Amino acid sequence: MQVPPQFEYERATSIEQALELLARLGPEARLLAGGHSLLPMMKLRLAAPEHLIDIDPLADELGYVREQDGELRIGAMTRHRELLDSELLRRRAAIFADAERVIADPVVRNRGTIGGALCQADPAEDLSAVCAAVGARVVIRGRDGERVVVMPEFHRGPYETAVGEAEMVTEVRIPLSPGFGSAYEKVERRVGDWAVAAAGASVRMDDGEIARAGIALAAVGAGVTSAEAEAALAGRRPSEEAFAEAARLAVEHCSPVDDQRGSAEYKRHVAGELTRRALRRATARALREEG
Amino acid sequence: MSTTEERPIGFGRLKRKEDARFIRGQGRYVDDVQLPGMLHGAVLRSPYAHARIVSIDVSAAQQHPKVHAVLTGRDLDGLGLAWMPTLSMDTQAVLATDKVRFQGQEVAFVIADDRYAARDALELIDVDYEPLPVVVNARRALDADAPVIRDDLEGKADNRIFDWEAGDRAATDAVFARADVVVSEEMLYPRVHPAPMETCGAVADYDAVEGSLTLWSTTQAPHAHRTLFALVARLPEQKIRVIAPDIGGGFGNKVGIYPGYVCAVVGSIVTGRPVKWMEDRSENLMATSFARDYVMRGSIAATRDGRILAVRVDVIADHGAFNATAQPTKYPAGFFHVFTGSYELEAAHCAVTGVYTNKAPGGVAYACSFRVTEAVYLVERMVDLLARELDADPAQLRLANLIRPDRFPYEAKTGWVYDSGDYETALRKALEMAGYEQLRAEQAERRERGELMGIGLGFFTEAVGAGPRKHMDILGLGMADAAELRVHPTGKAQLGISVQTQGQGHETTFAQIVAQELGIPPEDVEVVHGDTDRTPFGLGTYGSRSTPVSGAAAAVVARKVRDKARVVASAMLEVSADDLEWERGRWFVRGDPDQGATIQEIAMAAHGTVELPKGVEAGLDSETVYDPPNLTFPFGAYLCVVDVDPGTGKVTVRRFVAVDDCGTRINPIIIEGQVHGGLADGVGMALMELIAFDEDGNCLGGSLMDYLIPTALEVPDWETGFTVTPSPHHPIGAKGIGESATVGSPPAIVNAVVDALRPYGVRHVDMPCTPSRVWEAMQGRGAPPQ
Ligand SMILES: Cc1cc2nc3c(=O)[nH]c(=O)nc-3n(C[C@H](O)[C@H](O)[C@H](O)COP(=O)(O)OP(=O)(O)OC[C@H]3O[C@@H](n4cnc5c(N)ncnc54)[C@H](O)[C@@H]3O)c2cc1C
Repeated sequence: MQVPPQFEYERATSIEQALELLARLGPEARLLAGGHSLLPMMKLRLAAPEHLIDIDPLADELGYVREQDGELRIGAMTRHRELLDSELLRRRAAIFADAERVIADPVVRNRGTIGGALCQADPAEDLSAVCAAVGARVVIRGRDGERVVVMPEFHRGPYETAVGEAEMVTEVRIPLSPGFGSAYEKVERRVGDWAVAAAGASVRMDDGEIARAGIALAAVGAGVTSAEAEAALAGRRPSEEAFAEAARLAVEHCSPVDDQRGSAEYKRHVAGELTRRALRRATARALREEG
Repeated sequence: MSTTEERPIGFGRLKRKEDARFIRGQGRYVDDVQLPGMLHGAVLRSPYAHARIVSIDVSAAQQHPKVHAVLTGRDLDGLGLAWMPTLSMDTQAVLATDKVRFQGQEVAFVIADDRYAARDALELIDVDYEPLPVVVNARRALDADAPVIRDDLEGKADNRIFDWEAGDRAATDAVFARADVVVSEEMLYPRVHPAPMETCGAVADYDAVEGSLTLWSTTQAPHAHRTLFALVARLPEQKIRVIAPDIGGGFGNKVGIYPGYVCAVVGSIVTGRPVKWMEDRSENLMATSFARDYVMRGSIAATRDGRILAVRVDVIADHGAFNATAQPTKYPAGFFHVFTGSYELEAAHCAVTGVYTNKAPGGVAYACSFRVTEAVYLVERMVDLLARELDADPAQLRLANLIRPDRFPYEAKTGWVYDSGDYETALRKALEMAGYEQLRAEQAERRERGELMGIGLGFFTEAVGAGPRKHMDILGLGMADAAELRVHPTGKAQLGISVQTQGQGHETTFAQIVAQELGIPPEDVEVVHGDTDRTPFGLGTYGSRSTPVSGAAAAVVARKVRDKARVVASAMLEVSADDLEWERGRWFVRGDPDQGATIQEIAMAAHGTVELPKGVEAGLDSETVYDPPNLTFPFGAYLCVVDVDPGTGKVTVRRFVAVDDCGTRINPIIIEGQVHGGLADGVGMALMELIAFDEDGNCLGGSLMDYLIPTALEVPDWETGFTVTPSPHHPIGAKGIGESATVGSPPAIVNAVVDALRPYGVRHVDMPCTPSRVWEAMQGRGAPPQ
């Protein structure tokens, strides 16, 4: 059994209390959501927070998926499992179910949360790419109020986000529109493994044209969205050529590394392949929506 | 009828007796042992693969309020315990004194109140290392400029451990010289890890007053360990009790003695309190016995019309920093010389060179049957390569070259005498179950459409049940096993065996063997194992040896009891023993079947007052030591169907057909379980498992995030079948089954992957066939894993 270093444990029963504790205990305190990123790091002694602030009591308050004001709203404590099972998400943003089917395993999915996943910002993390691909905005709450940031602003790089000291994520918002379709494609060496490479895509179809596209890659050292690739699709009719062009641009802007998961060359290749596949499926879904 | 099927007396589909406690969570593992006053140990491990130890400062750790003692190599040196013998007659550092030789090597041992404190205190130890050049690639280990790893060995100036050969080099060269066709390939069987669900550990309890040691440990060989502790720690053997409680998987990982066990023992002696040491997952993956790591160059010679003539292999065997594999002394490369496989050859030769590298020691592990795994992989890949060269169907090529049934017992060109076999029947059965012709037709159609479907065959001959005492030993201990059968007055029995289950179901199958011989229900036979105080001596469970050796002992001892029961029955029935006949569970008077006595009645009488003939002792208890006359040679025909995604290189195992022949089948449920597990092992090795190192010797497989083990979702529904060709020399005709599927499945899977990639001109892909490595091969850039 791998054992973590010593820490003090606090339990927050409200958002205010969690923020209060974060402010009082300072930078050596960490929120504990599902614990499936933080606890393994502590056991491997890669992280040694002095205080854990358990926000599991907020699971009811911050555990939801709902439609409101033309947006999908997902509470930060919503578990992977709930994202996978959500009928609403399946209908309006199928990319979540695509991704959740291949994130970790049931044991992890039963506890891990969307807030934890986005805040961990692991370079191979799937939900950041999912949220970026669908143009999500993230609600960050501090003691003085809330701010809402778009994913490219939220996700600053590996293990780095816009969440400041004494702040926490409370909600993720996804704009909804007619003719919307989304999909996620991932290559893993084994079920439950982190991505070798993955691609998320969304399209909003308008009168047979792609009005807006979202493309995001995971695990290949790319920015959280592929702006160039997205721009290349805007206003075009979906076609294999258009998808290939977008995939080429997306790949051009990533910088994968050789590791046990695969060679950099392979990752480049497969990121392109997955981008094309995700765009195909997203478009087919959008057209079904539209038609 | 259905009742005996569900509750067989003797052989049959009996549910496992031990599962009652396992599925209730009532198993008792080493980590469940809690003793009053018990302390906890933790090992400080080297971050470097090769470095000189300049100094070790433990003072801060000693001052930790919960720490009781800190041991270093210097402390052990004072006790003569800084080094210990390995099972291959090499030496291994218990705690490093001079230098560290692999990343993860044991450097210090902290004993504290709890495991948290012990782990925390490791960070207070200050070791000053002077890094040295590293060699992790076995191909480089013998280069003139390679750093010498074992400068502790007198006069050692290179990294060579042994050179060993088998077969006839000259004869093989001659056959190769006149062959129409010769195909060669270099292949790596990469380093993998057994990764049992339970990691290794021990609880040592030294009683200073009695001078006795009780050691609970994760061991596959409790008796051999006790003898070794007696020799190493110089404790009298009768004062040592080794207990292997429930063991959560072994696969060879728990054959050796690890430094942590020794440290726990010394820790208990030093502190006067029981000491528990349980390694964590990363320690298990990084520092305990790995498996494989064979660089093999194989060649196969044949006639143009497809008759295989000879096979030759050169191997560089990477044994890591200490030669700590376990195998019979005569055979430093284990049983690798069964690489002649299942084919009639004119000649064969192998040369194996063992080398030291800056990697963890070990080698014979992960259900490998003493390197039969590597051997079968080599020959089955070579046969497929030959089929490709000849443009022959791999099934037809095998059928034409398999050893025919009338050739058994068959003497292979490297000296083995295969006991029995009917290979063609097994292969034809597998082909039929799979629908081979239809599969080939489907493949042709799919290829037209650009889809990549592969069909792979593997035929294996295993060599298990080590082994004849005169040829086989571990550290000088002959590989015979004892059994002791006590029959209580009520006719219930207790069988003591020297082998130890780690999940194989000994408590069930061994009861069935006794039940079969004595005709009493298996429920009435309690199997005792895993405790040196309660069981007779023997070498333990690995290499699929339990049924071939101990299973034979169980049958023999039951027959002794039966023979003795006959004498008692003759006294009871007042007839001559010669006039008695046996039927299941009962001796009766020939010609007068109503006149007889059941085993239960006889047992009561044997303990009662019946007058016994002169020289016959009361009771029925017997014991025996079984020295196998030969190994047993299970075999099987496997067929795998894979689909490869041309865009991503991802391999999916669609179907797997496994026809196994392990001779007499004691319990088909357990056999199927062993086969299922072994096939999953094979999928893991073929597709994802790898203990890799970077060039500085950092282990890249030190967690289950990096070292992948297959799940239910990577494996298909297994399609198993069987044939039965009993072993002629085994008392009940049984062979081993524990490792067949692990041995047989990887070549079938790799053959299928290579077959799928045929449109890309791919000849060979080294394991693991991960998406990236498969795609690289499709681009013509296939390379061995690092
Ligand atoms: C075996 C295994 C396999 C996995 N495989 C995958 C995979 O394939 N793909 C994938 O994407 N992920 C994978 N994960 C990660 C998993 O999805 C985690 O659950 C997730 O990354 C973190 O969620 P959590 O709720 O457990 O976060 P925690 O571990 O509790 O927290 C993670 C970090 O986020 C912070 N945090 C948590 N909640 C908030 C909040 N509301 N506001 C601000 N900060 C917060 C914490 O302080 C901590 O620093 C895997 C994990 C495991 C253990």
